Amino acid sequence: MSSKQRFATPIIALVIFALLWEFLVWINDWPNYVMASPSDLGPAFYKFRWLFLEFGWDTLWRTVAGLMLAIAFGVVVGMIMGFSRTMREALYPLLVGFNAIPKATVVPVVALLLVGQHNLNTVLLAFMISFFPITVSISIGLSTLEPEYRDILLSLGASRLTIFRKIALPKTLPEFFGALKVAVTLAFIGTNLMEIVEPHGRGLGHLFDSGKISADYPLMFAVLIALAVMGIGLYYVVVILEKIFAGWAERQES
Amino acid sequence: MSSTPSDALIRISDVKHAYRTDAGPLPVLDGFSVEVPEGAFTAVVGPSGCGKSTLTRLIAGLLFPDEGDVILHGEKVTSPRNTVGMAFQNPVLLEWRTILDNVCLPLEIVPNDLSRKQRNDRGYELLAMVGLQGFEDKKPSELSGGMRQRASLCRALAHRPDVLILDEPFGALDAFTREDLWQIMHELRHNEAFTCLLITHDLRESVFLADQVVVMSGRPAKTQYVLDVPFGRERVLDDLYTPEATQMLLDLRHQIQVAQGRPLEELEHEPGDPEPGAGEPGS
Repeated sequence: MSSKQRFATPIIALVIFALLWEFLVWINDWPNYVMASPSDLGPAFYKFRWLFLEFGWDTLWRTVAGLMLAIAFGVVVGMIMGFSRTMREALYPLLVGFNAIPKATVVPVVALLLVGQHNLNTVLLAFMISFFPITVSISIGLSTLEPEYRDILLSLGASRLTIFRKIALPKTLPEFFGALKVAVTLAFIGTNLMEIVEPHGRGLGHLFDSGKISADYPLMFAVLIALAVMGIGLYYVVVILEKIFAGWAERQES
Repeated sequence: MSSTPSDALIRISDVKHAYRTDAGPLPVLDGFSVEVPEGAFTAVVGPSGCGKSTLTRLIAGLLFPDEGDVILHGEKVTSPRNTVGMAFQNPVLLEWRTILDNVCLPLEIVPNDLSRKQRNDRGYELLAMVGLQGFEDKKPSELSGGMRQRASLCRALAHRPDVLILDEPFGALDAFTREDLWQIMHELRHNEAFTCLLITHDLRESVFLADQVVVMSGRPAKTQYVLDVPFGRERVLDDLYTPEATQMLLDLRHQIQVAQGRPLEELEHEPGDPEPGAGEPGS
């Protein structure tokens, strides 16, 4: 597949998707409070363009900050669990239990705990919802390292740190990036959950909420599309980082 | 090839080792001894699960015996020594590094004052010895199993270890690739100075490569039988098809059967005849 083709394929798919959507709304004659059509979105975006930019930026940086926190926490806890069997056995039930709690129920708890700290509690929710896959991938990556890899370096007198730096870390990177792709989309869910359920007057979640209150359905759909576009954007940032740092794990196309 | 204790580079005497398990200690080695003179090549064969890999970890200083001594160069092994090189059945090359960088890995860890270029030159030299010139910049995933194993041997030798421990390095290869690697092993031995201990379950391999073959008994393993291979350093595969090689293989085969605790089915062959035919070394 040529690079031009690789670029064009997803765009063509998007256009076909939009056309089908438009056609479905048109054939069913849905009013836009049932389902807005893609042609309604343009005017909605234009009308609220400055709000989209401002609130889009709010949502984006809160999501990225939450992700960064999730990466830092996930890598450290994942390392602890990856290297110590006892810690792994101790922490797994806690992590799984925490992850099983629906995050929508956590929103009021966090909002009360950090009352008024809108940015912080939004970032926290993005973090809470996205750290789990990162932690698990790092811990599994480290704990499944074949003993021969370790033995090769240990027999040369290498320190634990050297083994981590030269082998364990690079070997875990493909799994880490796989988890990060999942975490990116989860983090957006976290940010918006906080912005919608506990409105602070900022972020795309708030814009969605005001669309709902003022019965501006095209605006609500436009927000969803904006979120999707940001999610795709951040996802591809991760893909690029993966290519740079863990490109060796990709199998050559034949 | 007889040796007095003083000239043995690897000396393992009366080693006892048990793993702690939930069901109590599981003894794997009990009274195992072997001596490898400097520059010699010893193969250790035995039934599966008899503690062969434990032996490699003892010599590498990754594990310590409950009783008995593991002595390298007259010194008791109390920690890993960077004068040891290891290669396993799994070549464990680092997939994100080129073949050259994989081979040079030990030089990044063992203290030395080689420049980057000198390290790379050492890598080029070893790769050329095993016929991998032109593959220096490839990634391990682009190489065949046999080529990866050759690179793994180069890595084991990069820091010029005086002891080379091979734990079934050719076990996962097909028969013809394996024979190629046997030849390469001889060439490496010709070019590099090392004392080698090879763990294997392939009797032909042990006879073709080693000066001395040690048979381990079943678990817990002790030294059951030692066979001196009267061939010289220069060997060709055809040597394996001489009557004396056949007799050696048959002896080893019988010893393995004893180690496995099975009765010998061909009693007319006089089991346990300790001395193989005293013919002249094959050429």
